[in-house]
Amino acid sequence: MDLSAINPVLLIASLMVAATPLLLAAIGELVVEKAGVLNLGVEGMMIVGAISGFAIAVETGSPWLGFLGAAVGGALLSLLFVLLTQVALANQVASGLSLTLFGLGLSSLMGQRYVGIKPPQMADIHIPGLSDLPVLGPILFGHDLMLYLGVAIIAGVWAVLKYTRAGLILRAVGENHDAAHALGYKVVRIRIAAILFGGACAGLGGAYISLIRVPQWTEGMTAGVGWIALALVVFASWKPWRVLLGAYLFGGVTVVQLNLQAAGVAIPVEYLAMSPYLVTILVLVILSADKSSAPASLGRIFHASN
Amino acid sequence: MKLASLLAGAAMVLGLATGAVAQDKTKVGFVYVGPVGDGGWTYEHDKGRQAVEAEFGDKVETVYVENVAEGPDAERVMTQMALNGADLIFTTSFGFMDPTINVAKKFPDVKFEHATGYKTAPNVSVYSARFYEGRAVQGTIAGMMTKSNVIGYIGSYPIPEVIRGINSAYIHAKKVNPDVQFKIVWAFTWFDPAKEADAAKVLIEQGADVILQHTDSTAPQAAAKNAGNVITFGQASDMGEYAPLPRVSSIIDNWAPYYIERTKAVMDGTWETVNTWNGIGKGMVGIGEISSAVPEDVKAKALELKAAIASGEYHPFTGPINKQDGSAWLAEGEVADDGTLAGMNFYVEGIEGEIPQ
Repeated sequence: MDLSAINPVLLIASLMVAATPLLLAAIGELVVEKAGVLNLGVEGMMIVGAISGFAIAVETGSPWLGFLGAAVGGALLSLLFVLLTQVALANQVASGLSLTLFGLGLSSLMGQRYVGIKPPQMADIHIPGLSDLPVLGPILFGHDLMLYLGVAIIAGVWAVLKYTRAGLILRAVGENHDAAHALGYKVVRIRIAAILFGGACAGLGGAYISLIRVPQWTEGMTAGVGWIALALVVFASWKPWRVLLGAYLFGGVTVVQLNLQAAGVAIPVEYLAMSPYLVTILVLVILSADKSSAPASLGRIFHASN
Repeated sequence: MKLASLLAGAAMVLGLATGAVAQDKTKVGFVYVGPVGDGGWTYEHDKGRQAVEAEFGDKVETVYVENVAEGPDAERVMTQMALNGADLIFTTSFGFMDPTINVAKKFPDVKFEHATGYKTAPNVSVYSARFYEGRAVQGTIAGMMTKSNVIGYIGSYPIPEVIRGINSAYIHAKKVNPDVQFKIVWAFTWFDPAKEADAAKVLIEQGADVILQHTDSTAPQAAAKNAGNVITFGQASDMGEYAPLPRVSSIIDNWAPYYIERTKAVMDGTWETVNTWNGIGKGMVGIGEISSAVPEDVKAKALELKAAIASGEYHPFTGPINKQDGSAWLAEGEVADDGTLAGMNFYVEGIEGEIPQ
């Protein structure tokens, strides 16, 4: 065993990168669920975002346009979910699942020409002085801008939900859509906006994998992150900062366990491999002892006539 | 993943209704563990499937289901393939072994071929390639080219096939570079680009300047390319898009001749249970072009080893070799028998760490 081979600074820096796709997808889904809609299509929207972002970044040479394209791609796919659940009033669980299946197929079709291509790189920021600080520099000031944007979105969602009228209305729609409707709020429109936001965030999360974390396009490359994001929202009790905590925990333990393996630590690998799931669930379950529960209208279909 | 195959399964049930028309065609099914576009393992199996179609044209019909999870879901997919009239089914991942045996019992008239496993039945053959021969060539190049003397190895699951590869690469790296050290990370997945990339990054951060992978995607190649000054090897497929650096060579699985031969056997009615294990000599394992980034003397040495293995003059597991605990395994000049290799569950002397059990 040689723990000195593990560089804690690099470890923390790479856990933040590993956590970002999950964080982006989960915060989008949190907003959707806060509005009372259960969209199980996160995985599908992520993978479509991954290829949309990748394709556009490769064609234009700009990773920023790529991320923009990824957000649009994810939102467009979620529009299908909007049509199914908000217009046609279809079952949300079934619609969400079909969105994932459709997204996986669509992405591999779109990605045919992009296998084995290297995308344009997004430079890490460099702030003179700050980025050169020992320890803190590489951890706090040495990442790509998308990573900071992810944290900013968490902060933004938290502030909007907690302090603004718009956030209050969104929560009202999610808690009791009939009451919100009676008060004159446009339940369907608000939900559509939330779903599109969720799609855009999931798309960004997918593109973070294909443009920064890996970076390349491979079919099915999100490999289940969308499902973990869904679980994370529940375990985080629909609270934005806990989503951040959960995502960093999950990403962190994933990277730590790989590091421990490489350093030859004498813990059976099976335990290491399951540790990200166990630790994340454990911590968030303990945190959720404060009885915060799901939005009351989650998954229920709304129609003004009811 | 499961859902994708669920849908595929549902599509097959639909197909069943319209199926039983073209009885004269031989129907060949393929069950894949990853997507056909993984650029590695499944991609090469699918190339084999396409070769079968090209060879027999109208006389054959092929079907495949990708992203099939190893476990009970695989059994369902195979059952539906068999119900849908497949005459021959190739199941192309180690974890499909027990499902294949179970389904084969229910369909005695359907022929099954399981890749990389060891359980046979009257209607189940097994086939695999001697990837460890390619690993010997990789180990030689890796050992000669590493500057940090740390070689990172991304394992998938601790099964004999993967352990053989690690041992073979280690023995040959050690032979040319006594100071070499292996760092092994188990990903516990065949295909998860993000995780594979993370594993590669971790190994690079811990000083590895050569990455060997036994997972299916090209993600470790991309991670190595980003890191710079790291060399890799294509796994299962050439991965030539990452040449000349980081990918300096590769192991290429060539399944096409075998798939064509076995399909022909079913057509002719001469199919029998076999246990095929071919290597470089028979062309089932190919060594991808050694790129210009490799010095001439290293390349020459690697090619020399490849030729010796191909001709049968040299076996990668030739004694003296001790097991990890120091106990003797092969005496001077002794060659490992296929039985031991097929069930290999130990590291050779010098490798650090334990195999997950």
